[in-house]
Amino acid sequence: MSLVKNLMEGTNFDPDSLNALQKVTLRAVVMSFLFYGLVAVEGMIMRMVVTGPSNPLPPMFSHPEHYFSIMTVHPIVGIFGSTYQLVFAAFMFLVPFLTKKPLYSVKLANFVWLMITIGTALAWIAAFAWQYAPLYTLYWPLPADTEQFKVVGGIVFIVGVALIMIGTLGFIYNIYATIFQRVGVHKNKTTKELLISGFGIDGMLNLWHKLTGKPPYSKEPALSLPVVAIFRGTVDTFLDALVILGAGVLVLVYLIFDLGGSPLDVGAIDALLYKNYFWWGLDLVADGLVLIYVAGSWYLLATIITGQKLFMENVARAALMLELLVSWMVWSHHLLADQGQPEMMKLISGEMVTAFELLTQGLALFITLVTLWKARPLKMTMELKYLLGGLVGFGLAVPAAIIQADMGMNRVLHNTQWIIGAHVHIALIVGLYMTLYSAVYVLWPIVTNNTKLFSSKLSNAHYWLHLIGGIGMGAFMGMAGLDGMLRRHLYVNGEFHTDMVLAAICGSMILLAWLLFLLNIVMSVGIKGLIGIFLPAKDKTASYGIEPKPAVVS
Amino acid sequence: MSFSNSLELLKFHWVAYSIYAVLIISVIAWFAYNLTRKEAKSIVRIPFYGYIAFLVAGGVGHHIFTYNAIPWVSQDITRHEIKPDATYTFEIEKHKWIGLPKKITIQCGQTIKFNVKSRDLVYGFGLFRQDGSLVTQMQVNPGTDVNGILDSNDILWTFNHNGVFDLMSTEYSGPHQYDENGKDLMLVKNLVEVVGCKKDGGKK
Repeated sequence: MSLVKNLMEGTNFDPDSLNALQKVTLRAVVMSFLFYGLVAVEGMIMRMVVTGPSNPLPPMFSHPEHYFSIMTVHPIVGIFGSTYQLVFAAFMFLVPFLTKKPLYSVKLANFVWLMITIGTALAWIAAFAWQYAPLYTLYWPLPADTEQFKVVGGIVFIVGVALIMIGTLGFIYNIYATIFQRVGVHKNKTTKELLISGFGIDGMLNLWHKLTGKPPYSKEPALSLPVVAIFRGTVDTFLDALVILGAGVLVLVYLIFDLGGSPLDVGAIDALLYKNYFWWGLDLVADGLVLIYVAGSWYLLATIITGQKLFMENVARAALMLELLVSWMVWSHHLLADQGQPEMMKLISGEMVTAFELLTQGLALFITLVTLWKARPLKMTMELKYLLGGLVGFGLAVPAAIIQADMGMNRVLHNTQWIIGAHVHIALIVGLYMTLYSAVYVLWPIVTNNTKLFSSKLSNAHYWLHLIGGIGMGAFMGMAGLDGMLRRHLYVNGEFHTDMVLAAICGSMILLAWLLFLLNIVMSVGIKGLIGIFLPAKDKTASYGIEPKPAVVS
Repeated sequence: MSFSNSLELLKFHWVAYSIYAVLIISVIAWFAYNLTRKEAKSIVRIPFYGYIAFLVAGGVGHHIFTYNAIPWVSQDITRHEIKPDATYTFEIEKHKWIGLPKKITIQCGQTIKFNVKSRDLVYGFGLFRQDGSLVTQMQVNPGTDVNGILDSNDILWTFNHNGVFDLMSTEYSGPHQYDENGKDLMLVKNLVEVVGCKKDGGKK
């Protein structure tokens, strides 16, 4: 087959053979990877600006308004436009797949990816067109500072973020409505049984019964472990969406009053209290749903790759319950440099409870590794490679977080490139994305009806470039942080030139990796196939693998 | 073990974390290699509860270690009970430092209180060495009490090494912190000078 034919028609991909659930999943995945490309380009622009005046970019990128508007939308596009889309798509496919039930509503799933796509685009446009740049932290009263930002830019940005959160609420509703549907294997289950299983309480009770010599509370839990992780993580996703929506409404009210010529007093909102409120919610993304979703994904991938039961499943279920409590109480580690924050909150929430994440994530790492080890020898498939890459990412990033969540260390690490490089970017690019790529490779044949991948060489090149580039960029940013480079600051004179050149080289590897991945996918499904994904599905089935009685889209 | 300044701590941290990073990457690489081998055997059997104890000890022990090795932790917690050798109070408004002395000269070993207040936005207060490394920092939150008096953001710091330090805002407060060429308008060069210390730190 010629390359041009591949480009147009793919390998053996047939979009008409996909059912409604498969199509809606792939639509969100496509949007996710397009946003990923955008975020990689934005990241590279920022990395190159800070290399110094010899960077080849046009001077406008070094202007503070332009630079910080990129910095503002970079995490919005990355976290919501790309990661949320990909995770939501995977979970809205996996929950029906694993529970052998239809998705509650494919229409709602379509609404979710559309809302997140439009919302992300609006936030991006607000930064591009009006250079609205309060950063994702939205520290009060900066987002309502109309001396620095245009009101219309702020309104468009907040509406964009609100649409993303509305899409998120749609995802949450769809997931819980699917889990609580009393059809198929759950026909005779009560809501109480599903709730107990969803929160991982049955795992705790099983452990307790074992310790006290009683028979197991539940031999066959109502929900499989990955579904429990999705259930649990989605609690944090819900709370986080409420907090971000709440902050958005607050900013919007101030901006609208300003537009009407009667500005409100920004001093009416206590900046530190607002920080506590906002970080409590925002931290549920970083320390709540990400870690729980990731742990659940590791368990699922390990069992699918090995074809065996998960090691210490009851402990894993119970740990997910523990993570619930931990994730709600760790936000103060973001406020260790705030001198008005009560010392006891810094000590207990900021340091001690945060340290428990070492335990919960370490446990997930241990259970995954032992499950893999017990099944050896294993073939080093792409999904296994990516899973191991994901484990490396969190193996590096979580201890980095525990180190910085310390009152002594934070004094010299807070707001430096160490935080965003050694911790955040390694956690996201290496830890989270390699786990997600592993899931993509596992789900690829299922979601695309056994479409042959165009090139395994491209897959391997993508893997190594992404892994080395991700770790390298995070490491050099982290080193610059230890040398005093701040994370939310503009450096135009090449103050940290060597580290930033090396970080930019590694960043370009990540960008190149994405291009190779994209090429591989486009050559596999073809441009016609890509278009076909967005056309209405002929087969309205909202489930996968429970034929011959397909459920119909609501 | 005790660190006399933040530079020593940063160097120690650089070495310790680099060793850890190499170790964890090597362990997973070794693990990955052996996953594909039928004849691979465990070198060590890691007991589950031993591993859990190690994680708990690591998480808690790290804070106990830093509390004892980093002098500014306990000083920070009890700063309201400590009488400083000198206090410097200044404010920030519209990205400008207000009431800032032209120069602050500190004798070796002195404990200084910096009290910074913001009239509008969230800023940061950070002292930096001439090589760019960070001496210390805090966030500067705006706000007033019921009488309209600006809220304090105070930090206590003991200087044990000679040096000349620049002042920068360590928190983003909008693009107006910079001119259109990207020059930081809140950077104050050579604000603080510490004198009278021995070459390797400590009073003469």
